[in-house]
Amino acid sequence: MSNIWTITKRELAGYFNSPVAYVFLVIFLLMTGAFTFLLTQFIENKQATLRMFFYWHPWLYLFLVPAVGMRLWSEERRLGTMELLLTMPISLWHCIVGKFLASWIFLTLALALTFPIWITVAYLGDPDHNMIFTSYIGSFFLAGAYLSITSMTSAFTRNQVISFILSVVICLFLVLCGYPPVTDNVEVVAPRAFVEFVAAFSVIPNVEQFNDGQIDSRSIIYFLSVIGFPLFATNVIIRGLRA
Amino acid sequence: MIKVENLSKAFGTKVAVDDVSFSVERGEILGFLGPNGAGKSTTMRMITGYIPPTAGVARVGDHDVTENPIEAKRLIGYLPESAPLYTDMTVEGFLGFCAEVRGIKGADKAKAIDRAIEMCFLEQVRQQSVDTLSKGFRHRTCFAQSIIHDPDILVMDEPTDGLDPNQKHEMRMLIRRMGQSKAIIFSTHILEEVEAACTRAIIIDQGKVVANGTPDELKAKSELADSYLVSVSGAEAAAVRDKLGTIVQAAKVTLVNDKAPNIVARVFPKKGGSNGELGQAIFDTATQNNWKVSEIKQEEGRLDDVFRNITLSETETK
Repeated sequence: MSNIWTITKRELAGYFNSPVAYVFLVIFLLMTGAFTFLLTQFIENKQATLRMFFYWHPWLYLFLVPAVGMRLWSEERRLGTMELLLTMPISLWHCIVGKFLASWIFLTLALALTFPIWITVAYLGDPDHNMIFTSYIGSFFLAGAYLSITSMTSAFTRNQVISFILSVVICLFLVLCGYPPVTDNVEVVAPRAFVEFVAAFSVIPNVEQFNDGQIDSRSIIYFLSVIGFPLFATNVIIRGLRA
Repeated sequence: MIKVENLSKAFGTKVAVDDVSFSVERGEILGFLGPNGAGKSTTMRMITGYIPPTAGVARVGDHDVTENPIEAKRLIGYLPESAPLYTDMTVEGFLGFCAEVRGIKGADKAKAIDRAIEMCFLEQVRQQSVDTLSKGFRHRTCFAQSIIHDPDILVMDEPTDGLDPNQKHEMRMLIRRMGQSKAIIFSTHILEEVEAACTRAIIIDQGKVVANGTPDELKAKSELADSYLVSVSGAEAAAVRDKLGTIVQAAKVTLVNDKAPNIVARVFPKKGGSNGELGQAIFDTATQNNWKVSEIKQEEGRLDDVFRNITLSETETK
């Protein structure tokens, strides 16, 4: 455990030693605010709910999360520090989990900094605080799922841009395969059972559960597996690089 | 301390390291020589556990690197070829991280950092960010990382690459000093380095060990070893060659410079002959013929000759 934490600490320090972290936090907050207030007209709706705020997260994270995670392993490969790291007396798993946790903590910080909107909505009306809390949990898991996929794509390549694009594409699939406007159209040409099978992989219905105020064990298992599998794949890819 | 047994590594169909065996004990400094692409780095990466071998075993201390990687890696300090560093950290921060990963914490960590910084002359850049360092400092920072835990075994891939002559000298001195209590392997293609720092050298070519011995033993394999270089004046070149050729102990005479006044000839000894006798005979021949000898010198043999001979002939036969 202490090994994982050592790696996590270094990665986190890496974010904050460069201006990238601060630029990202500002952009993250601007974007979540802009989407909520401008695109879905939070004020004009006159409803004491953050549903519109969380509605955008699967889409916003599509770009913001890969931007945070794209350097995880590709940077190690580009700098050659992977050789240093993997000849230290720690297991590859510790490195993978440590790095993943650092990015996840960073994203959680960004998410936590959106707290003024919670205060705002509580000041203006009487929202369902339980629902807001579970929505935050859902958003937290969503970030973890995208991030884990980015960890995998960053192990593929030493180029951060390629890592970013690959990750966006895979995450986009996870969004679209359960997004009603898409599934409704696919249902015309494909059997319903197939569409439902594919849709079961989507993040959307699972995030919706949290946004509806429910913590469903199935959704938690879904997110844990979407986090676990790419991390496992990261391990396989890095082992493959060295063989 | 390090025992490499029949180690092989193939990347696809390309064999990078082919059945390499050797061992290094405490107090030994092993120089790893070879042309570019000979398999030096690949061998070192297998010893340090970075890449798994295709066949064979690398043993570090009592641990098989493949089966017991964490325990083996604990004993090793490794300086990779490109001296990679995390560019977003300070020198002190980076060394602190490396110490922590190696399980050195608290007051011990501060002590270990101080020691490494002092040994590698990094005091003036201690708080500086790694990406603003010059190449020499980067290299030394990465070297400091490899000795942070005072390892029993040091594996260094071209430790003097990119250093200026003074730094190279310092680095060799450091290696020699540490070699007294550790087992050290370092690779290089600078031959003078082998003579300056190694107790033993291995020449590797196309993945195979082609020579293994002390620097002196290797030098003795040189064609020039034990030959005499004679400079004389007051004689004809042809006469010098012929007269020296009549010496019983001489196998062959070549002319290095056949222009008067200073004629330089090289006299090769017969195998198994006594060296002193040949020198004496050359001197006698010169006096008999009334040549003025301005210089007479015995060659030790040159490592680069040996290196070229071994590695070139291997290539040509392929």
